[in-house]
Amino acid sequence: MKTISFHGAAPEYLTGIPMAGRLIVVEGTDGVGRSTHVVNLRQWLEVSGHAVVETGWTRSKLVGRTIDKAKSGHMLSPLTYTLLYACDFADRLEKEIIPALRAGYVVLADRYIYTALARCSVRGMETEWLARLFSFAPVPDLVLYLRLDAPALARRVLLSSGIDYWEAGKDMFPQMDIYDSFVAYQSRILEQFDAMCQERSFQPVDARKPIELVQDELRSAVARLLRE
Amino acid sequence: MTRLKEPHPHSGLLIVVEGIDGSGKTTQAHLLKSWLESRGEAVFFTEWNSSELVKKATRAGKKSATLTPLTFSLMHATDFADRHLYQIVPPLKAGMIVIADRYAYTAFARDEARGVHPEWVRNMYSFATRPDVALYFRVTTDVALERLSSARAKIKYYEAGMDMRLSTDIAESFRIFQSRVVGHYDALCNEYGLTTIDATRTIPEQQAIVRDIVLARLRERRRGGAA
Repeated sequence: MKTISFHGAAPEYLTGIPMAGRLIVVEGTDGVGRSTHVVNLRQWLEVSGHAVVETGWTRSKLVGRTIDKAKSGHMLSPLTYTLLYACDFADRLEKEIIPALRAGYVVLADRYIYTALARCSVRGMETEWLARLFSFAPVPDLVLYLRLDAPALARRVLLSSGIDYWEAGKDMFPQMDIYDSFVAYQSRILEQFDAMCQERSFQPVDARKPIELVQDELRSAVARLLRE
Repeated sequence: MTRLKEPHPHSGLLIVVEGIDGSGKTTQAHLLKSWLESRGEAVFFTEWNSSELVKKATRAGKKSATLTPLTFSLMHATDFADRHLYQIVPPLKAGMIVIADRYAYTAFARDEARGVHPEWVRNMYSFATRPDVALYFRVTTDVALERLSSARAKIKYYEAGMDMRLSTDIAESFRIFQSRVVGHYDALCNEYGLTTIDATRTIPEQQAIVRDIVLARLRERRRGGAA
């Protein structure tokens, strides 16, 4: 059986672990509909007989609450923001992702290290440093990249929960109003994702289409992978 | 980022004390601080694992023994990054003397002893300011163990490396794990030019050496024309 393969320097005790499951990542900016699609994918996978484990960005037991608290104040610098993301991801990696992959589950990741690479890079962290920091992450079997332009994202976010401080990247553009800041920030994030999509062969999915069609497209990509 | 290898541009002075638990480095740091203050210097003291940002989360992780070598490493780096931002760089820019009880070298030695990739940890800490004076208080694990057992009731779980399952006996585990840490520290002395101090000598003897080293550095700084 093949073993879990990493982007780079994983700790020695994590190497050589058998990979019985599949790691599927759903990436995309705020407001693109990622979480809805993850829920639907999960139901569909379970109905077709696959055991699924879901893991979501900043939901770790170790620092999930620390991140929420830090984001509500003004104590984070780009560096500590990045490192907290890495703590959160590492905790979920070892407590959720690796055990599930070893046991033959399909792991559905709602966001992955690419979110950190995009967000932290637009905040001025060095690309090379970031890539090395997150190099302990396993390489996913499939990265589905839901894509929507920034103005369309803004309309969706406004119709659901409203634009918040971090989604608008207000820490980067304090002088702009919330809408302009959102569009400026999310456009930069999109540039990052688009570049990674090329370099790392994500599977781009056009999220302008109706939700059912998008879901169909995601399912056929997943089905293809599971047939392999 | 290669700041850890290049001299910093600030007018202050960064002094780092390193060594395993029970080496007596904290005692030496406090004596140094009192002496510097008595000479009229403005001194800022910062210690490992003390930032408000992650202190609670780290403590909870340690208490429940759920930290892995990787998360242990990352949590300490986050703590350090936060202190570097608020407690180390500003006083250095203000021309103060900063004494750091443990520094990035602690992470290099300990995390490598836990199987974390050495290049990976070094990359992570490459934002750290290079110390002007870095002192490594070297003791054998037997001496450290004896000091710890006479000073307090219990050796801590992660300090003994109990997470590594090296032995079920805490003293034995401490001996095996900290010996590895000492091995890594010794290598770091060459790699980063730490000054080794024989920490089996008496407290006053060690302090006299420390003060000589710091004094030489202060004179050099004054000659250099800095504040």
